[in-house]
Amino acid sequence: MITAERKPIEEIMELIRPFNRILLVGCNECVTVCAAGGRKEVGLLSSALQMACMKEGKVLDVKEMTLERQCDPEYVEELVSAINQADAVLSMACGCGVQEVARRFKEKPVFPAVNTKFMGASERQGVWAERCQGCGDCVLGLTGGICPIARCSKRLLNGPCGGSTRGKCEINPEVDCAWQLIWDRLKALGLEKRYEDIMPAKDWRTSRDGGPRRIIREDLAS
Amino acid sequence: MKSFEPVIVAFCCHYCAYTAADMAGSMRRCYPPNVHILRVPCSGKVDAIHIMKAFQKGADGVYVAGCLEGDCHFKDGNLKAARRVAYVKKLLDEIGIGGERLEMMTMSAGMGERFAVTASEFTEKIRSLGPNPVKGAAQTRQKAAAG
Repeated sequence: MITAERKPIEEIMELIRPFNRILLVGCNECVTVCAAGGRKEVGLLSSALQMACMKEGKVLDVKEMTLERQCDPEYVEELVSAINQADAVLSMACGCGVQEVARRFKEKPVFPAVNTKFMGASERQGVWAERCQGCGDCVLGLTGGICPIARCSKRLLNGPCGGSTRGKCEINPEVDCAWQLIWDRLKALGLEKRYEDIMPAKDWRTSRDGGPRRIIREDLAS
Repeated sequence: MKSFEPVIVAFCCHYCAYTAADMAGSMRRCYPPNVHILRVPCSGKVDAIHIMKAFQKGADGVYVAGCLEGDCHFKDGNLKAARRVAYVKKLLDEIGIGGERLEMMTMSAGMGERFAVTASEFTEKIRSLGPNPVKGAAQTRQKAAAG
């Protein structure tokens, strides 16, 4: 999922300060799962912002809406009924959702209420960790299902480096050495020999180095 | 100046704190009438939004009272409540309401005395903190509007 964290209230307050009527929009997808911008978080932020404004002697009118998916135009269209009653939109979706709302409603200021972080997985309840950087050329099949791009601090393709100590990374003793994990996993699978294969330099053009990316499925595209 | 009578909302777990309040009554033990008790099936049922709405609607202080650690009827509802309370305290600090207006308490069903004492202590603490700033600002506005 795409993970996110709410911005500090002070920063959000600064963004919406000139406005009195806010449409606060959550998303039912990734940000709901990582407890950053779902219906619950929308309710909490709405209450917090209203109280922060009341304290300053201002009445903030907040309309709460949570869309099924904020990155799809079909669902963003549901905001049509409420958009005219708002001076600005505050989105609790990831950056994709914020941009989709801004694209659809060009005349409305749209602000992010969360910082989008990374593509990750739940390690346990309430803990999410980075797992994928969307490099566009997956190597997981060669590395025992553990990504050296997302999980090695240096993105080494032929690791580990000298900073690996007792299975931990030198940047932080709480960070696992991805290459230690890869080696352990390859060994468990009986694929130690694969570790000897040198991975050639990666072609980063499939990643962000090639500029903003698109996927076009000819059979689906309208 | 008129003395300030705080409004306190107490979310009390049915199995322990609520029964402790009942026990305080049976013992004819007084506690401040400022405390408005809301019975919940478990302190773990109290969501962050319930606490926030209480403050938004004018409570000066809120506390969540659950069972003693290890005694939750639903295993760990009280521990979850404690973590949630800690989270909302930070949020209240962020918006300038003050996290000290919210507390988590634990007690057993037989602790009528403890219920009365904590209710009194918390009420006095909130009295010394003064009114919820949200309410204060609203009252100032009303006064200004009335001229």
